[in-house]
Amino acid sequence: MLKIKKYVRAQTLEEAWELNQDRNNQVLGGMIWMRQADKVIDTAIDLSDLGLDVITETENEFIIGAMASLNQLMENEGFIEYTDGAVIDAIKPIVGVQFRNMATVGGSIYAKLGFSDVFTLFLALDAKVRLVKAGDVEIRDFAEMKNERDILTHVIVKKSQAKIFYQSVRGAQTDFPILTFAARRTDDRMYIAVGGRPGKAVLLEGNMDRDEMKKRMEEEVSFGSNLKGSGEYRLHLAKVLCDRAVERLGGEI
Amino acid sequence: MKVTITLNGRDITRDIDPGMNLYAFVRNENMYSVKCGCETSSCGACTVLLDDEPVLSCSILAARADGREVTTLEGVQEQAGELAAYIAAEGADQCGFCNPGFMMNTIALLKKNSNPTESEVNEHLAGNLCRCSGYQGQTRGIMKYIEAKNGKGVL
Repeated sequence: MLKIKKYVRAQTLEEAWELNQDRNNQVLGGMIWMRQADKVIDTAIDLSDLGLDVITETENEFIIGAMASLNQLMENEGFIEYTDGAVIDAIKPIVGVQFRNMATVGGSIYAKLGFSDVFTLFLALDAKVRLVKAGDVEIRDFAEMKNERDILTHVIVKKSQAKIFYQSVRGAQTDFPILTFAARRTDDRMYIAVGGRPGKAVLLEGNMDRDEMKKRMEEEVSFGSNLKGSGEYRLHLAKVLCDRAVERLGGEI
Repeated sequence: MKVTITLNGRDITRDIDPGMNLYAFVRNENMYSVKCGCETSSCGACTVLLDDEPVLSCSILAARADGREVTTLEGVQEQAGELAAYIAAEGADQCGFCNPGFMMNTIALLKKNSNPTESEVNEHLAGNLCRCSGYQGQTRGIMKYIEAKNGKGVL
């Protein structure tokens, strides 16, 4: 059972960061997964007062505050248009509207959860995360970073001429995904993120045709087994989704 | 710690444990319509409105609701009573445990979209689980209520 001894609404990022250096303290996201943990938190650090729930679109990029909810992101017209609706395909199957009103973009990415549709999508979008101390970090590098008690404040997606595809496979609507899959195609490169393996999402990138994508999926991506499906089944699904991505994204490079 | 929450239109100030969730807070204020079905943020039985947006009260700290408006079924009794009658008329109330959550989430939808399609209703209610009715009766009841509200049926 989760126990919280003290609750603080940080008034500055510096205050939040300082508090977060104590290993017994923790920053709150949407609290959806955290609340299921069996642990004691000395000080729960809430970022709600820091204006991080805003999504800004500029000419060149989207700057998404860490405290923006998944519903905010899914309903952002600019982001829907930029992702060809892939953001809706990624987020709509996540439990329900109440859950998505609480779950935050920052919490979904910071936790690097294996089943995260959100992490998979942003990995394919080649996003950056903005951390208080480390600054802007490519999400693919962030995926490999150890937890250094930094605080994620924004996710940044640089606009590019690209087509984007997202699909997950679930046993039932709103259930955890068996596999998550996102693809982004530029003129000469394909970026494919695959998660729910069941490990966290990984990225394949290159000038790949359909066969090359499947070959690299087989050779470079490890697919494991759990109650939701075997590794072999997941690899099969990933190959099918490679075909669908190629068809949806306008054919092979 | 001290919080002030506007619960169903009434400002309530209480000294609470920092880890208290909003579900426990509203139940302590005798808002017994709010149920706890799963404690894993999955079932929607504990749905309340926080500043008019539906949230899962079992998974949000009461401290986070400090200074904000919380609405439970007790705060929208007239509308809930009408909606419940339509759901019951379709035989979809059965054990009734999930109904308050269904109704709060439906009311949240209707605040944004007064004339949703059946597909929009079903999508919006995807996070509300019912273990005995099979959903069809609830959908029928809600759609008949919406039609009646929009002058296309009997209220």
